[in-house]
Amino acid sequence: MTMALTLEGLRKTFGDRAVLRGVDLHVEPGAVFALLGPSGVGKTTLLRCVDFLLPADAGTVLFGGRRAPPDAPGQLGLRRRIGMVAQNPYLFRGTVAYNVSFGLCVRGVEGEELERRTAEAMRLVGLEDRGGAPAGKLSAGEAQRVAFARAIVVRPELLLLDEFTANLDPANVRILETAVREFQRTTGATVLLVTHNLFQARRLAARAGLLLDGVIVETGEAKAFFEDPKDARTRAFVQGDFAY
Amino acid sequence: MAGDPLAIAGLSLLVSATSTLLSACIAVPLGVALGLREVGSQRLLRNLVFTLYGLPPVLAGLLVFLLLSRDGPLGSLRLLYTPLGMVLAQVVVVAPIMLGITMSVVATVERRVKETALVLGADRRQLSMTVLREAYAGIVTAVMVGFGRAISEVGAVFIVGGHIEGNTQVLTTTIITDIRQAEYAHAMLIGVILLVIAATVYSFLYRLQERAMP
Repeated sequence: MTMALTLEGLRKTFGDRAVLRGVDLHVEPGAVFALLGPSGVGKTTLLRCVDFLLPADAGTVLFGGRRAPPDAPGQLGLRRRIGMVAQNPYLFRGTVAYNVSFGLCVRGVEGEELERRTAEAMRLVGLEDRGGAPAGKLSAGEAQRVAFARAIVVRPELLLLDEFTANLDPANVRILETAVREFQRTTGATVLLVTHNLFQARRLAARAGLLLDGVIVETGEAKAFFEDPKDARTRAFVQGDFAY
Repeated sequence: MAGDPLAIAGLSLLVSATSTLLSACIAVPLGVALGLREVGSQRLLRNLVFTLYGLPPVLAGLLVFLLLSRDGPLGSLRLLYTPLGMVLAQVVVVAPIMLGITMSVVATVERRVKETALVLGADRRQLSMTVLREAYAGIVTAVMVGFGRAISEVGAVFIVGGHIEGNTQVLTTTIITDIRQAEYAHAMLIGVILLVIAATVYSFLYRLQERAMP
């Protein structure tokens, strides 16, 4: 299962600071899309609006071509089809297995299926032997791998990744990027990757876009976006000439 | 020497444990609800709670004394100068402290946990249960602080209990009266018993707290 994601004129202001000034974006179902931009440009705000953590001031978010239901139960149903991994995830008190299985438990999955799917998700991120380890004792890399495993264990149709490998060592980055590819290949889910890491975007995404000053500057096929960008600002950004 | 130390210790433990338990039954659910912002007029309630934080025990004792005295609203219950009256006085002192700590712990935990639980698909009930689970260690701390306040409390229980030998003598009031009568050795003995009780109870509560923090 997979779903398209469409943003139309999305706006969000904090006080007198307009962070999103009318974002238009379309991510095809089953695509891996990298949304690039300097730090503080509103990438995280955009993801939080998509996952109902922040109400947008204006604009529309379409999931599979449909507006999100206005009521809480409807939004809960939709949210349960979406996964999200934050840059600095919070792990619950308890074991790795408890954290990874959380999403399944709240969806009523139990017994053999709960154990099997939890084990599969931990295996995907190389934590199959760490199920009983206390979450509070993990390294930053292991913690991020737990956060990724618990997001994908429920097989979301749309996966939102917010700078999910920032500040991690290359070994953990490789494990997580491999896990993203494997998850996407086996489920066909749509993945929206938010990052300022150009190399990661090139490694993972089929399409890419640049968010700057609260609007989307340019989107396109990854190869064209990185090698022959149309907009001068995109060119400056991908060539590392953009000061931020 | 005034009173059997073991009997005094037993009554102290009974009064303090009962008042701690009663306070927890009132303060923990209310603190969780306030921390989760599910109760109306929460700002007013919070201000009231934090005001009661600083309530001097002798004032609490005076209020309970007036409530329970023969001409007071609850005089017909005849609880003045009884262990149950002392329990009520301690609840007035202890419950606001437990309530305030529980409320703060839940409110602080909620900010970090709520979004994670929501993102992972928790509904409202599951969200509350998750917050409670995360706040468990803090709630145990609230109970620990409450018990510490109860077992060491002297002003309110002196006024409401009256320190009647064989009836309402507790460890703290005994120390006061021993000092007045220059019974320093007995006062020291009672003090050591008080410390042993506190250490034993805290050791148990610490274990509960550790279980919440793997």
